[in-house]
Amino acid sequence: MRAIVTIGFKEGVLDPEAVAIGRALAGLGFAEVQAVRRRKVIELELAGEDPEAASARVEAMCEQLLANPVIERWTVEIVEGG
Amino acid sequence: MRAAVITFPGSNCDRDLAVAMETCFGRPVARVWHADSELPPVDLVGLPGGFSWGDYLRSGAIAARAPIMAAVRRHAERGGYVLGICNGFQILTEAGLLPGALIRNAGLRFVCRPVRLSVVNRNTPFTAAYGAEPITIPVAHHDGNYVIDPEGLARLEGEGRIAFRYLDNPNGSTADIAGVLDARGRVLGLMPHPERAVEPLLGGVDGRPLFASLLSAIDGGGRP
Repeated sequence: MRAIVTIGFKEGVLDPEAVAIGRALAGLGFAEVQAVRRRKVIELELAGEDPEAASARVEAMCEQLLANPVIERWTVEIVEGG
Repeated sequence: MRAAVITFPGSNCDRDLAVAMETCFGRPVARVWHADSELPPVDLVGLPGGFSWGDYLRSGAIAARAPIMAAVRRHAERGGYVLGICNGFQILTEAGLLPGALIRNAGLRFVCRPVRLSVVNRNTPFTAAYGAEPITIPVAHHDGNYVIDPEGLARLEGEGRIAFRYLDNPNGSTADIAGVLDARGRVLGLMPHPERAVEPLLGGVDGRPLFASLLSAIDGGGRP
């Protein structure tokens, strides 16, 4: 089983790296870019068979280490068999 | 005054901090490794600057979960003093011992230079020896942009928990915040490096009153 954790800043946290990427795209002529949001993806290979149990465990991993709940939010996707 | 400095893998200001404390306190300072689970009996714990675990995941994130941090948390809960400088400040926010978080500098560049600060609250165990005039202390960081939500900021301001503000904000920090205190006023995190400003030969001594304040607060004869 595999978990795909996607982590990004909460709404309202200004991400200076995303702003810089947006400016660089504008500089290249991609004028249609309205906003840039940057996320990171962490993939976990997991032992076990139960996707619901796995999901709960990965949520706990996000709360305890993978994300900083003060500034970040995240989603967890469990991929079976993968 | 009994003090200890913790070293994490990637700390690089741990010796500087211990030497500054020894110079200002006139006593040896204990050195503690991150993998230890107990602190020696101390009044003050210093979390030094550096790049613990190479800033992997988020600055300070992995250090905040090191075995010694459970002991630092117990020390703080008992009313012990904690001073986190630069990466030490990042570790304290990651550990939840201080509110807010420190993200990439707004200008995206590593900033390494002396900065001028105002001492916002001089009625704390870390700042009582400062006067009213601004001070100059070096910063050296890439992730010093302090982020906190409006409610959290209002609480810090209302409770006098902003210890230092930048006079010329180098990193985009919310409300120019350079250093904040916990609710009891016993835990201070700040991005500038007072331990690099204790010898005239090294460019200034504006860090000294911070250590003098602590000495006075802990060994008595001083203000709070």
